[in-house]
Amino acid sequence: MVENRPFGNILPHLILWIGIAIVAFPVYLAFVGSTHEPTIIANGQMPLLPGPHLVENYYRTLFIGTSGTTREPVYTMLLNSFVMAMAIACGKIFISILSAYAIVYFKFPLRMTAFWVIFITLMLPVEVRIYPTYKIAADLNLLDTYAGLTLPLVASATATLLFRQFFMTVPDELVEASRIDGAGPFRFFFDTLLPLARTNMAALFVILFIYGWNQYLWPLLITTRDDMQTIVIGIKKMIVTSDALTEWQIVMATAMLAMLPPVLVVIAMQKLFVRGLVETEK
Amino acid sequence: MAEVTLKDVRKIYPGGVEAVKGITFDVPDGHFCVLVGPSGCGKSTLLRMIAGVETISSGEIRIGERVVNDIEPSERDIAMVFQNYALYPHMRVYDNMAYGLRNRKMDKAEIDRRVRDAARILEIEPLLDRKPRALSGGQRQRVAMGRAIVRSPKAFLFDEPLSNLDAKLRVSMRVEIRKLQKTFGTTSVYVTHDQLEAMTLADMLVVMNAGRVEQIGAPLAVYEKPATTFVATFIGAPAMNLLTMSGAEPALLLGNGSIPSEGAIIGIRPEDLALAPPGAPADGGIALPLTVVAVERVGPESFVYGTLDRGDSIIVRLPGTHAPAPGERAVAVASRAKLHVFSADGGRRL
Repeated sequence: MVENRPFGNILPHLILWIGIAIVAFPVYLAFVGSTHEPTIIANGQMPLLPGPHLVENYYRTLFIGTSGTTREPVYTMLLNSFVMAMAIACGKIFISILSAYAIVYFKFPLRMTAFWVIFITLMLPVEVRIYPTYKIAADLNLLDTYAGLTLPLVASATATLLFRQFFMTVPDELVEASRIDGAGPFRFFFDTLLPLARTNMAALFVILFIYGWNQYLWPLLITTRDDMQTIVIGIKKMIVTSDALTEWQIVMATAMLAMLPPVLVVIAMQKLFVRGLVETEK
Repeated sequence: MAEVTLKDVRKIYPGGVEAVKGITFDVPDGHFCVLVGPSGCGKSTLLRMIAGVETISSGEIRIGERVVNDIEPSERDIAMVFQNYALYPHMRVYDNMAYGLRNRKMDKAEIDRRVRDAARILEIEPLLDRKPRALSGGQRQRVAMGRAIVRSPKAFLFDEPLSNLDAKLRVSMRVEIRKLQKTFGTTSVYVTHDQLEAMTLADMLVVMNAGRVEQIGAPLAVYEKPATTFVATFIGAPAMNLLTMSGAEPALLLGNGSIPSEGAIIGIRPEDLALAPPGAPADGGIALPLTVVAVERVGPESFVYGTLDRGDSIIVRLPGTHAPAPGERAVAVASRAKLHVFSADGGRRL
């Protein structure tokens, strides 16, 4: 809009600020909760200002853990979650860019069948195929391993489709110029296609990293040992429902820590992410 | 340095569509051959078959002494310039030009020498460090040319390289391409749908229509003696006037009166016609009375659109801006020597 009315700006800003407050307030409250003594929250008083125990609480969270149901320090959970999210994001990108490359640029029997089979798996997320997937993972002795945590989630129809769409927009002449320049399939892939797909890969990485980080159901099933659990599972386990006292200050600190890596990834990749979503130049 | 020879080349697509229907011609060493025809006539397909990015269904293509039917494009020793330039968007101009040479494992110093030489010839030295997106259309075109030159190939292939440029740039690049080709003396095959480009560039013109060759020859020879009515209307602007004569019609147009009984088509180029006042005598030539419908004045010349009394429409090209107004009557006159006579189906020159 080219209009510039000082009053007209107030209302949109007001609405924006209300929206921000609604989103940010619980996060702030979690932060406040993570800086107080356990007794304060347990007593039912929720202070609105940070308390004095920030360093102490975070130290305990990261390196000692709760004294209740899961005694695992949070840094192992962070590590597990990070390994899982990275492996899922990188694995998905690796597999789907290769399969998209095969589908778009090579003529082989049943090419379209392969494409449709991949396409159909969109309808079969982990939640739907959970029993057979678990059975296979268990039979392969993948319980409580990183492979078990990540492999079943790595195949991705969405990413394959995305790369396929992107490859189809690459002009044929570029492929032909490349052939005339003596680049075989490998060289074309690494010298031309990958650099062009860089921003798309970055955008996809952000989305997939967060997808992997937020996994709940699958890690819940596949991990039994505390030292293999992810942070999302960890938070759940820390909240005690029976007689014992939940150590809320640690739960809150864990929640804060769990939010951090996705935020860092988004911030670090922000520029590439936006470009990957909007850029069309080839 | 090599000649390019095509022998009964065909392209049949999997769906059964025959895009190129048996083409045979021979581009002598160092010649500039232009394939011209309307869109969809198979000229680009043919060029891409020479380049090797399209398979050859049957027939034989030779570059130099070698049959290249089953040879990879990179091994054919050709260079191609594409309509949309097909520069690698993520590489600098320098790398764009060097890429093909690097893939051939050429010595670094030699690559550098060749790229800089080409950049100097094309006057793109200041652009070597830029990415293609920072270049204008004309500059991209030059880089694409540079990429072809550095390979010093046996043949240059051009696929409508000028059609993405604006009119003024097109003229200057046209002159430049011609100049470069003469400098290097490299055999070239150039595809275009623009008859003006074809006429000005070619040593050898190949007019194509619907997957077949209509005529091959020097540009002026094709212009002066078109082999078919298709060539007659395609080469030359505005297009040649064609008048269908039936056998029973008086032999007014032919002088010696030899219209075959099945009829004929008479062609007269707009530039061979002149206008005279109504009732003017034929004067040994032909005289066609007409009513002026519209006049286009483009500066150095004017185009008069008229309807002949016998029903056909006709275009007359007059020098200058002096022309009758729409609705006026006039007579179009031409000498008999300027007439082109074709068989009734238009497929043969009589």
